[in-house]
Amino acid sequence: MTTSPVKALVVDKLEVTFDRFRALRGVSLDVMPGESFGLVGESGSGKSTLLRAVAGLAPTSGGSISVNGKRLDGKRTKAFYREVQMVFQDPYGSLHPRQTVDRLLLEPLAVHGFADIEKRILRALDEVGLGSSFRFRYSHQLSGGQRQRVAIARALILEPSILLLDEPTSALDASVQAEVLNLLEQIRRDRKLTFLMVSHDLAVVTHMCDRLMVMQNGAEVERLSAADLAARKVTQAYTRNLLVASEGFVRPGTPAA
Amino acid sequence: MSTLLTVKDLRVQFPTRTGVVDAVRGVSFTLGRERLGIVGESGSGKSQTGRAIMGLTPPHAKITAETLNFDGIDLLHVSAAERRSLRGNRIAMILQDPKYSLNPVMSIGRQIVETLRTHEKVSKSEARKRALDMLAAVQIRDPERVFDLHPHEVSGGMGQRAMIAMMLVTGPELLIADEPTSALDVTVQLDVLAILDNLVRDRGMGLIFISHDLRLVSSFCDRVIVMYAGRIVEEIAAKDLHNAKHPYTQGLLNCMPKIGADTHPLPVLDRKPEWAA
Ligand SMILES: Nc1ncnc2c1ncn2[C@@H]1O[C@H](COP(=O)(O)OP(=O)(O)OP(=O)(O)O)[C@@H](O)[C@H]1O
Ligand SMILES: Nc1ncnc2c1ncn2[C@@H]1O[C@H](COP(=O)(O)OP(=O)(O)OP(=O)(O)O)[C@@H](O)[C@H]1O
Ligand SMILES: [Mg+2]
Ligand SMILES: [Mg+2]
Repeated sequence: MTTSPVKALVVDKLEVTFDRFRALRGVSLDVMPGESFGLVGESGSGKSTLLRAVAGLAPTSGGSISVNGKRLDGKRTKAFYREVQMVFQDPYGSLHPRQTVDRLLLEPLAVHGFADIEKRILRALDEVGLGSSFRFRYSHQLSGGQRQRVAIARALILEPSILLLDEPTSALDASVQAEVLNLLEQIRRDRKLTFLMVSHDLAVVTHMCDRLMVMQNGAEVERLSAADLAARKVTQAYTRNLLVASEGFVRPGTPAA
Repeated sequence: MSTLLTVKDLRVQFPTRTGVVDAVRGVSFTLGRERLGIVGESGSGKSQTGRAIMGLTPPHAKITAETLNFDGIDLLHVSAAERRSLRGNRIAMILQDPKYSLNPVMSIGRQIVETLRTHEKVSKSEARKRALDMLAAVQIRDPERVFDLHPHEVSGGMGQRAMIAMMLVTGPELLIADEPTSALDVTVQLDVLAILDNLVRDRGMGLIFISHDLRLVSSFCDRVIVMYAGRIVEEIAAKDLHNAKHPYTQGLLNCMPKIGADTHPLPVLDRKPEWAA
């Protein structure tokens, strides 16, 4: 008998409560090392909260989270952030506007005592398709998509083994999105990375992920493989509605194209 | 169709430490009471075009234009006070990063109420009711709870919808929506689009809809402008977007992942220097 490998991430019956509001109501999932797991669902359903809880940034009130077989409790250590990095949904909030791109990339390297800083910064910028001319810009001098690419570069620069990606490409045009998705896939393969990824775009999720969970109102609606979603083998009405809505806008009174 | 907005040869430049950035380089278009989509490369000047029309360009930037005219008003030469009053009343913009644009120390509900009350003489309780209705209209679950939350306490898509509610509550004649639905799930997205659609159809609002989502733009807008490196490279009827001629636009369509298509890696654009000429 072969022993199954230690799971990269296990979330078990997780509860997160803000004041009296239950943002997560007993959500469970597990992700194998090297796997890419997707979260889709209603706006406000708790997807970011789930990622933030893993990163130690949301108040859990029940259930558990384990990373690489180790149960997490309380404050995350510096070593944890070497392993687990998060790309936040809102790049304005996560990047200090009065810092240069250079400072933003340098800081995590300095905190974790990396050498060869110069080389890593240049490589990180290159990987996300920003030339070195962006290096000394302030983040408020960047467009939305440029800022998002800096946020991705900042998460990758520490070479973590688990990446939590919250809408990593929703601020990017289709061409840059394709480049960033290709980059993420390639890095995942080369470095055996594990992804937990939120996206509203079902095409992006089925492209990037093996399995996914559909969420609504703080809870799981269903869990399925990306292949089943693509083949429209879904069991819940809500998931079906998402598939229909993905086809675009239909003006009332006009027949669907 | 009557013209609401005329933009001719708009240019926006930023001086920076490493030289001048030409963010917008001669953009021209007109807008009637219709839905005009703007798509284009990240960094191509879509937001800066919208901000220039709104009068929200950073003060150190240089703006020039042959014409920048809203309903007979020369926007380049109006007083700052008139600009502000236009902005509060007749022209509104849903900014790309709503959570950053909302006031962090004021509850969502109060921000909507105050916006409404600077615009219209309504009682406090009436304003509260209208704000709650607006939040419900943009599909916020439990508007009463969300009314009292601060921007950092709402999700990405809730912040976006709060911003939409705040901009729509005053009934603008021109709405510039910069990626207004990028953080919304697809079903809520369609509900929000239906609201914007009604405003264009029933109230004759002019809408500039900036989006990365080509599928959405082609199904929702009337016309589409495609931008690349600060310029318009193509203008096309939205329903003909799939027949676009410019290689950038064609390339854009090809690099989108599609449900069920298993293309790894995705095709990427081979950008030609002459596109930016
Ligand atoms: N600090 C907080 N205080 C109070 N409520 C909060 C806080 N953070 C999140 N919430 C609530 O938790 C719920 C889930 O938010 P979350 O950001 O996880 O949603 P989401 O699924 O990521 O949505 P979106 O797709 O819009 O980003 C929301 O109703 C939100 O108001
Ligand atoms: N304050 C500033 N100083 C210098 N350059 C700036 C400033 N603000 C914006 N820019 C530059 O102007 C260009 C156009 O920016 P804009 O925000 O309009 O792009 P965009 O088309 O909206 O892109 P995105 O799709 O990524 O949001 C970008 O290259 C950006 O880096
Ligand atoms: Mg979120
Ligand atoms: Mg923009």
